[in-house]
Amino acid sequence: MPGAGELRVLRRRIRSVRSTQKITRSFELIAASRIARARRAVEAARPYASLVTRVIRDLSTEVEATSHPLLAPREQTRAVGVLVIASDRGLAGSYNTNVLRRAERLLREEADGGRPVVLFTVGRKAEGYFRYRGYEPARAWAGISDQPTYQSAREVGEALTEAYVAEDVDRVWMVYTDFKSALSQVSATAKVLPVDPVQFEGGTAYPPTFEFEPDPASILSQLIPRYVEQRVYAGLLESAASEHASRQRAMKAATDNAGDIIEDLTREANRARQAAITTEISEIVGGAEALSKR
Amino acid sequence: MQVDIVAPDREVFSGEADEVYARSQDGDLGILPGHQPVLVALRPDSAVRVKVGGGEQAWTVSGGFLQFRDNRLTVLADGIDGA
Repeated sequence: MPGAGELRVLRRRIRSVRSTQKITRSFELIAASRIARARRAVEAARPYASLVTRVIRDLSTEVEATSHPLLAPREQTRAVGVLVIASDRGLAGSYNTNVLRRAERLLREEADGGRPVVLFTVGRKAEGYFRYRGYEPARAWAGISDQPTYQSAREVGEALTEAYVAEDVDRVWMVYTDFKSALSQVSATAKVLPVDPVQFEGGTAYPPTFEFEPDPASILSQLIPRYVEQRVYAGLLESAASEHASRQRAMKAATDNAGDIIEDLTREANRARQAAITTEISEIVGGAEALSKR
Repeated sequence: MQVDIVAPDREVFSGEADEVYARSQDGDLGILPGHQPVLVALRPDSAVRVKVGGGEQAWTVSGGFLQFRDNRLTVLADGIDGA
């Protein structure tokens, strides 16, 4: 009987789309809860960022900040470091594509300018993308981009600082994704090293009776690395929030899409069922007529 | 005095307080309003105690700095343990 086979195929497809929809729906819900957590982490990191900046700013009235090796601009830029922050997992819409394209453009610009690039990657997607294109990352971190901890930011920050101090690189860029809002995440490039001394201008001078322990220069040299790590931490957190927001959007679109497909398939299945019944009836009627004509 | 106690990943205290106690490299440090302005390194295992009214809150910080100036106390900890 025609129609019945078609009907069975349609029903099977509906079942399969429905189970895919269950998966995308749960990914969507997981991502949604992680956005909230990631945004809380971004907020929780702000007070330290602004206070450490203020203390360094004040210390700069006491010690020439540019005397610190991480602030002193280099006379020439022979090589650059690039830190690229992407995710470990896919299914996050255009999140990885956007940030990786931007990073690749930067790598090409630096290479065109005759500056060799030392690459640092966070996230398996970044590592895979660049390895496939023939770049060998000096360091690659995995398993930290989803829920970045300060400890991992510190590790990354130390690696960047080390490369800079050793003069393997004379400048370090960070390519990450800025979480503007739940609806808008934009890939961005920021200079991590040397630290721009402009943000430490305009501090309030200390009164003459002020007591430092140890001396201001030592305090400054301990705080500057914290400042660098805190910048990396902020980049990781912004990127994580963006990743989850992007995944949530992509998974919502997939869930909605699955809903549309189920609707179409159901309509088709109903039509097939109707056609099967019609065929059956007309066969019976035809058969009955043939009998009565005898 | 205004007191802010922060680590890179969180802020544990921000508000008015009466007294703050911590341990610097040189020894115990108690800061009340009107204390001489200072910026000191904290010991890697320093307890930081904040007294507000009759109550007290305490944490352990893993190094960092304490600054007191302009009637404003700031603890920039490398890390903070405790509630």
